[in-house]
Amino acid sequence: MIVVGTSSGGVTAVQQLLKNLDDKLSMPIVVVQHLPDHSRVAPQTVYGNHTTRDLVEVIDKMPVADRTVFFAPPGYHLSIEAGKYFALSQEDKVNYSRPSIDVTFDSASDIFHKSLCAVLLTGANDDGAKAMARLSQEGAYTIVQDPESAEVDRMPTAALKLFSPDFVGNIEDIAHHLNNLVEGNK
Amino acid sequence: MKLDQVEKNILFEGIFQKFGYDFRRYADASIDRRLEHILGNYGLNNLIELLNHIFKSQDNFREFIDLVTIGTTEFFRDPEFFKAIRTEVIPHLKTFSRINVWHAGCSTGEEVISLAMIFKEEGLQDRTTVYATDISEAALKVASKGTYDLSKFKDFNKKYLEAGGEKTPSDYYTAEYGLGRFDPSLLKNVVFSRHNLATDSNFIEAHLILCRNVIIYFNRELQDRVFRLFATSLSSQGVLTIGPKESIIFSKEGELFRSFQNQKSMYTLKRVGL
Repeated sequence: MIVVGTSSGGVTAVQQLLKNLDDKLSMPIVVVQHLPDHSRVAPQTVYGNHTTRDLVEVIDKMPVADRTVFFAPPGYHLSIEAGKYFALSQEDKVNYSRPSIDVTFDSASDIFHKSLCAVLLTGANDDGAKAMARLSQEGAYTIVQDPESAEVDRMPTAALKLFSPDFVGNIEDIAHHLNNLVEGNK
Repeated sequence: MKLDQVEKNILFEGIFQKFGYDFRRYADASIDRRLEHILGNYGLNNLIELLNHIFKSQDNFREFIDLVTIGTTEFFRDPEFFKAIRTEVIPHLKTFSRINVWHAGCSTGEEVISLAMIFKEEGLQDRTTVYATDISEAALKVASKGTYDLSKFKDFNKKYLEAGGEKTPSDYYTAEYGLGRFDPSLLKNVVFSRHNLATDSNFIEAHLILCRNVIIYFNRELQDRVFRLFATSLSSQGVLTIGPKESIIFSKEGELFRSFQNQKSMYTLKRVGL
């Protein structure tokens, strides 16, 4: 599974990322993006022109599926349960955020362990940095957007202060890198 | 710190046997985060220490229930839902002479108040009994008072209007000493009581069930139980409403229900024989 975390500048970054991914890359992708609680824009509207993958906003207990990009709904934390399905919750914000990238990344790591690839992109707060560092220690594959190329560099910079990821690059580099990751390394 | 799952099983088994509360079929990720949070709060090292603490007194147990459950709620949460209640469900309910509402998992009662305002405005209050239930006694105590910190009223007017309200929402409460106190008559037909969706059975025939953002904390097995419980609690024309990001479609009991007038998160029983 690939998990992607982002906040400010995230829409453009995720559009670019999806556009540059090969059709061959089939593993499920989960995007956690900070949005206002009551945003009502369907993923298909925002990303439909950039990919042929299925785009869905997660509903509680929805099963994880290949060739699909899952988006955390605004106002909910997104976790993954042992039966490979999603679970939502509304406990307090973490890092001023709900959904929180730390929450989803930690939860994905509990289920997918080393067959998880975590990607942290542009953003204006520190959410995601701590989980990225933990995941890296636990053997997940970690990718951070080069802060120089990020629309807002705070999020990737916060992560790079804590650990050295497996790969750092701009969005296109990251997409190519994901395309070249060994298939079956889900 | 990662929780030891064997200790977690022992904790929940112990709580179930001693107090009858069943957390064994809650969704793992969110309850694990709550437990980690509680251990941190109490400065405890593991779940066995927590079990010992909980077993020491009924008060400790009650506090645990309050800490482990997630009571996030607000007035007119998801205003479009309350708008659909007003425009789609209320006309349907008006066809009944007596109305029973079950508000399952009402937490601190903000949505009970919101619904009561709509029922009052629509002239349904006097023929309606609302059974507002929750697992947490602490939450029910707050709910039954109808008094909230004024910080809770930040978006009250805006959401009331978005939900289709046409009166002056501030007429419903008086503000003093940093508290907003609702007109007690709003809650006159509301019965607050403890009910546990994981263990308790049906107790009324409901024309409307609200259970919003509650079953997200349950695993699939417990969700199935709750959907069966709702199916046996609904009157033949009753309406079940759940949260905007919850669905019956991933439950094997989903076939008990059909969509109510194509409204999102609203269901009614499938008619027998169809």
